[in-house]
Amino acid sequence: MKIKTPEDLYMIKNEGLKALYPGKTKITVGTSTCGLATGAGKVLESLVDEVQKNDMDILIEKVGCLGFCQKEPIVTVLEPGKPKIIYEQITPEKVVELIAVLKRGEIKKDWVLCKMEEEECLVEGVTKKFCNEEGLKGVEDICLYQEVDFYRKQLKIALNNCGFIDPERIEEYIARGGYFPLYKVLHEMSPQEVIEEVKQSGLRGRGGAGFPTGVKWESCRNAKGDIKYVICNADEGDPGAYMDRSILEGDPYSVLEGMVIGAYAIGAHEGYIYLRNEYPLAIRTIKKSIEKAEGCGLLGKNILNSNFDFTVKINRGGGAFVCGESSALMASLEGKVGEPRAKYIRSVEKGLWDRPSNINNVETWANVPVIIARGAEWFAKIGTKSSRGTKVFSVVGKVNNTGLVEVPMGISLKEIIYDICGGVQGNKKFKAVQTGGPSGGCIPESLIHLPVDYEELTRVGSMMGSGGMIVMDEDTCMVDIANYFLTFLEEESCGKCVPCREGIKRARQVLQGITEGRGEEGDIELLQDLGAILKDGSLCGLGTSAANPVLSTLRYFREEYETHIRNKKCPAGVCRELFQYFIDPERCEGCHRCVEVCPQQAVSGEKRQPHSMDQSKCIKCGACVEVCKFGAIVKQ
Amino acid sequence: MIALSIDGKKVWAKEGSTILEAARLYNIYIPTLCYHPLLSPYGACRLCSVEVVQRGRSRIVVSCLFQIEEGLEVKTNTERIQKLRRGIIELLLARCPSTERIQNLAKEMGVLKPRFSSENEDCILCSLCVRVCQEISEKKALSFVSRGTKREVATPFYQPSEECFDCWGCAYVCPTGAIKIENGKLVFPWMKKDLIFSKD
Amino acid sequence: MEPSINNEKIDSIIEKYKGEKGLLISLLQDIQTEVNYLPREILIKVSKEMDIPLSQVFSVATFFKAFSLKPRGRHLINICLGTACHVRGAIGILGKIERELNIKVGDTTKDFRFTLETVRCVGCCSLSPVVVIDENTHGRVKQEKVFTVLENYR
Repeated sequence: MKIKTPEDLYMIKNEGLKALYPGKTKITVGTSTCGLATGAGKVLESLVDEVQKNDMDILIEKVGCLGFCQKEPIVTVLEPGKPKIIYEQITPEKVVELIAVLKRGEIKKDWVLCKMEEEECLVEGVTKKFCNEEGLKGVEDICLYQEVDFYRKQLKIALNNCGFIDPERIEEYIARGGYFPLYKVLHEMSPQEVIEEVKQSGLRGRGGAGFPTGVKWESCRNAKGDIKYVICNADEGDPGAYMDRSILEGDPYSVLEGMVIGAYAIGAHEGYIYLRNEYPLAIRTIKKSIEKAEGCGLLGKNILNSNFDFTVKINRGGGAFVCGESSALMASLEGKVGEPRAKYIRSVEKGLWDRPSNINNVETWANVPVIIARGAEWFAKIGTKSSRGTKVFSVVGKVNNTGLVEVPMGISLKEIIYDICGGVQGNKKFKAVQTGGPSGGCIPESLIHLPVDYEELTRVGSMMGSGGMIVMDEDTCMVDIANYFLTFLEEESCGKCVPCREGIKRARQVLQGITEGRGEEGDIELLQDLGAILKDGSLCGLGTSAANPVLSTLRYFREEYETHIRNKKCPAGVCRELFQYFIDPERCEGCHRCVEVCPQQAVSGEKRQPHSMDQSKCIKCGACVEVCKFGAIVKQ
Repeated sequence: MIALSIDGKKVWAKEGSTILEAARLYNIYIPTLCYHPLLSPYGACRLCSVEVVQRGRSRIVVSCLFQIEEGLEVKTNTERIQKLRRGIIELLLARCPSTERIQNLAKEMGVLKPRFSSENEDCILCSLCVRVCQEISEKKALSFVSRGTKREVATPFYQPSEECFDCWGCAYVCPTGAIKIENGKLVFPWMKKDLIFSKD
Repeated sequence: MEPSINNEKIDSIIEKYKGEKGLLISLLQDIQTEVNYLPREILIKVSKEMDIPLSQVFSVATFFKAFSLKPRGRHLINICLGTACHVRGAIGILGKIERELNIKVGDTTKDFRFTLETVRCVGCCSLSPVVVIDENTHGRVKQEKVFTVLENYR
């Protein structure tokens, strides 16, 4: 049915509330890509089977990602009147027992992550309690969601619905306040008022550059032309970043609603979502959402009976990181190769098809409905003076608890890495945290108390980027990391301009030489010179920030470079030409496993006698280290 | 007419002109490689980079694409610009060590020997040939193929193009002589390579 | 082993995108999903039907990593070389698969069973190192498990 009036919205909202909080037991499974990768699909199937077998009247629903990826698959159980129980690391094998326990009216406490006694509906600013006095009994020993270290310091705005709703059910999105902001915008606010609100909120682009969103919208609104476009950049190319994917898979309507609000403010009637080809589930989810929204009159002609028209199309990327750059993205939207262009004339004036175009990142769009609902003042109180609101970070690498974390700007790196994500894995020593993807840099231990905001990160030689945060420990070689990023950028450069195409190639050659023991005096100065050429001469951001990984690692880890160059040694034991595997005769038990897996027959020895390594054959593949149960194979 | 200053000298040029066009009106020299007055500017070689001061902020832009504005202050030959140009020529010289045009530019800028290993190309990927084919003859027989360090100019599938009608505009405009005419036929760099057509 | 081309299907795919030059990349992807790669004759057809210069179609087909102009294997292996996977040993996994299948990145096995490619981040970083085969994501892959994983794909 087409939703035309507030009454219609309320009707759908009530349907959604019934779906969210049915009068019977409801089980949800986090089935975003990361959940599916850990087996959530099979868990879902087993649950459906088991519930059927036991003839139980239980609702089973798919939801998005709750952010705690380390503990996937995550299953929640909500029984009427009782707190919501969140189970972690549920496998298909555990399902049988889980259902049996549930049938008895009990909780399998060993598998519980936490409980929720109430749920905050951020858009409406209300908290819904879903258990009564009776329900609170017997679960006192289970910690609350707000007490879990991983969640305690988080504040979910962009992620506020992820993990709580079935992403495909628009009624659930509406039940948690969705589309009421859009109604308010279309019927009670003028475009200028919307722009003012977004400006006052201080929202800045969450894709990397951090440009003030309201100002951008205003420029686009003021640009000459009747046909304008709004674009959602869902290309998310930074390795290690997946927050955009999670939002599209877990709460797609928030992005769509944001885009309609933006289009109204700017005066655009057509929109594009440029989505990375490597995200098939996100593509399917957003496609379905668009269809549903169109069916409900929330997209298309005469949205919410306001006379405002807006349609959105999906365009898929082809596997090119450079298409995350806005002018390259627009070229790609025109069916051309992803070559950026000089931005002396900004895209808000001449962008897609030479028309005024406003492009924003997924996370930026997702913030918009909340800002309209709760107000600019509310949003501006969160974060720091220059960086308002929250940011979603994907914290990955050598941390104990990897996952998606949404925190107010200004929180320190230490709090994110240690308090929220449980510190470095395996009690190894923290070495650096890489932020901003290939355009960013590495931040060392000495700066661990740095408050996270746009300016601070840039000041220390890195940048916010899309929010990827990769934690590195003592076993990471910073020269190898610089080489890694430059290799990546070399493959992704479009090749148009000389500084980027030739400069990155030569910098990578120098770095590779250093990692292979061919470093020479003067290499560091050469890298710095190349960095200057890249920064001053490149056509687009890929080139101008290409030097960051090198320059930031040089800034904080210069001795490591010098050790590689002068001593031909890799202190972290990563660069294959600069270390050897050695079998410690004191530890080797002669179990022979290494001999079995070695592809080069480099290891030899009699069973139950210490083995030895033929260095001339060893290719440092590490297969032997993987299987050795005695830690007998060490790097020298 | 818009008034701006280039290297301290006040100049006037029509609205919509680029810095390079304004400079050329006054014979102010800015080196270029991928620029041609009859073709739309491309901004790939970056050699024509200059420093501009706008609203108190200084930045580097390419003069072939940057449109003039009232009161713009342009500096064509600061130390930073010279260093950048030398860096670009050094990179090009390493790519095309035997190409006369590049050797001459390098000599002019005082770049003797690149600090990088030599490749053996003649084509500098300036796209002049592609632009001639798109804008002058409008046949669109040539385009850039692949990306990054593998980028090169080619006809579709590296096969003789049905669209090409031998106007030879590409060979005429090529700044390095990478496109040759032998026995009355166009010879492109890829033809000299041992290339069994593959996507790599 | 050339996959056979269903011309009617190709025509209907192109018809869907007629008049939408901006959707060239999506069109090529749909064709590649259908045929497994982008044959020359089909690219020429796309150029004619969509009224896009053949040089542009060829540019796009060679610029984007998603496209292959050579036939690919029945199963596409995508090893994630994202930063998180890199620090957790993805290079070792890549080496193991290369040795196991006797091919290098970008190649297809002689029996057209596998094509080996790399991808920079599929966003499953908590499961690094990650290998995606067809639409299945395999996480926490160890070198000794590689053979067993590949066995599932005939």
